[in-house]
Amino acid sequence: MTNQIRGTSRFGLRMNAVGIAALLIMLFWAIMALIGPMLAPHPPGDIIDFDYFGPISAELWLGSDYLGRDIFSRILLGARYTVGISLGAVCIACFSGVVLGMTAAAIGGWFDSALSRFLDALNSIPSKLFGLVVVAAVGSSIPVLVILLAVIYTPGAYRFARALSVNANAMDYIAVARARGERTLYIIVQEILPNITGPVLADLGLRFVFIVLLLSGLSFLGLGVQPPEADWGSLVRENLGGLPFAAPAVIAPCFAIASLTISVNLLIDNLPVRIRDRS
Amino acid sequence: MSGQIPLLIVGRLAIAAVTLLIISFAVFAAAQMLPGDVAEILLGQAATPQAVADLRAAMDLDSPALLRYANWLAGLATGDFGMSYVNRMPVAELISGRLANTLLLAATTTLIAVPVALLLGITTAMNQGSLYDRVITTGIISVISVPEFMIATLAVLIFAVWLKWLPALSLANEIHGLGDLLRVFAMPVITLSFVISAQMIRMTRAAVIETLKMPFIEMAVLKGASRGRIVLRHALPNAIGPIANAVALSLSYLLGGVIIVETIFNYPGVAKLMVDAVSTRDLPLIQSCAMLFCFGFLILTTCADVIAILANPRLRT
Repeated sequence: MTNQIRGTSRFGLRMNAVGIAALLIMLFWAIMALIGPMLAPHPPGDIIDFDYFGPISAELWLGSDYLGRDIFSRILLGARYTVGISLGAVCIACFSGVVLGMTAAAIGGWFDSALSRFLDALNSIPSKLFGLVVVAAVGSSIPVLVILLAVIYTPGAYRFARALSVNANAMDYIAVARARGERTLYIIVQEILPNITGPVLADLGLRFVFIVLLLSGLSFLGLGVQPPEADWGSLVRENLGGLPFAAPAVIAPCFAIASLTISVNLLIDNLPVRIRDRS
Repeated sequence: MSGQIPLLIVGRLAIAAVTLLIISFAVFAAAQMLPGDVAEILLGQAATPQAVADLRAAMDLDSPALLRYANWLAGLATGDFGMSYVNRMPVAELISGRLANTLLLAATTTLIAVPVALLLGITTAMNQGSLYDRVITTGIISVISVPEFMIATLAVLIFAVWLKWLPALSLANEIHGLGDLLRVFAMPVITLSFVISAQMIRMTRAAVIETLKMPFIEMAVLKGASRGRIVLRHALPNAIGPIANAVALSLSYLLGGVIIVETIFNYPGVAKLMVDAVSTRDLPLIQSCAMLFCFGFLILTTCADVIAILANPRLRT
């Protein structure tokens, strides 16, 4: 994501207001993930309200949760898990997807077909189901979640990067490089990679949204981040009992997720065309 | 060249079969990652060496993994899904009781969501760029980029807490007559309809817009046909393939949605059974449910591809 931020400041003049607003919301959550707990008005684990599912007040900005803890502080802490795990997973998924995709496009032949067939099959397992089966087998912890989410979204990143690389591979300069007798590694790194970077970064953003949604879904089912740690999905699950009273404790974490995913989507939609789809 | 279509379809079915095989291998392999010995975990306190050895023999755990995979696959093919670890009931029996509920939920959602989504998709494409189109498109992007449980939560807040039309969380054991059934059913169906129609509207809209760019539409405009006639007589028949493809693909989103919706509303379906089985680590049950879902998913995506092949007039000659 840092790459995207660098990219937008370079092309900053051509971004519209919606894109800038989306970027600011993303930056806000990125900063909260880093230093949120330091800014929290109350310790996230402490019970400070005698009432549970308390309303919004001057003391508790977003009310209290099912144990009387400050939900605003817990959301600030939760940003670290939701953003951190998703970012780690999306980086691994896109890195392996792009490396495999470029290699498959550059080598071609049976290697390409076998890898594509295998990853397509993996891709046709519904993502939530994949998550359920793996969590049932190995249990849930943060490293498991990062790897699981990365594995689930690697086939999609591969498909995208391979399609781009196959297009780039058909270009004249690649034929020239091959005629010069360059090795495959040189062609991948020096010729293909620079020409697919923009769309791949946009794809990384979209995949980040999918991963945030899947992670929240798993946590909501009680299979993601485990107590006492809590990401935004677990916060919704914990406080589901407050739903009949319309407690802010259920709604606020939902809106936190929505603000993050919608702003990433809007930012990508409003990126300057030059970065978004160069192919 | 009339042999082309059957050939393509057979090829697509073969790909589906290979995919199913790879999926079954992945599902089986995932279950083998369980740390520790299954027999010891099952026996718990009673895990004397003799009992563990007996159970391992009874469960056929000592044979090589590949052989057990083949046996498991053969069992699946003949309808023998194995025994649940937790309550020692045949998995087939556990699932069959719940399957009808899930299918009923899915069918009702389909009946409601598909017509509404098609109507919205086609009308937004006709009025591209209008206020109506922009409102619907923005709504779709919002629905797609939030988690399913948020839609369910908001539905409960609106229909149960503020409007008080429906019970907050459906409890299937309090059904007395048709009225209650509808009330219990309404919330899951509303939530699921939102989840799948968002995708369907978006894809239908894109398909119709794509068709409206074709030269024969320009021809129809130039000869002075009305807009309704252009869309209904010229564009729609040509967009039927992509639209049917979009419908089948969107229906596959039912799977992800149904897992969340059955959990949040306590609906007694297969997905709830599977989520509960994850917390008790009842692997045979999880594997069977996973295969069942993947099978359904594969049928829908294969249908989408076959429809796309059948609808392409260039392959027909």
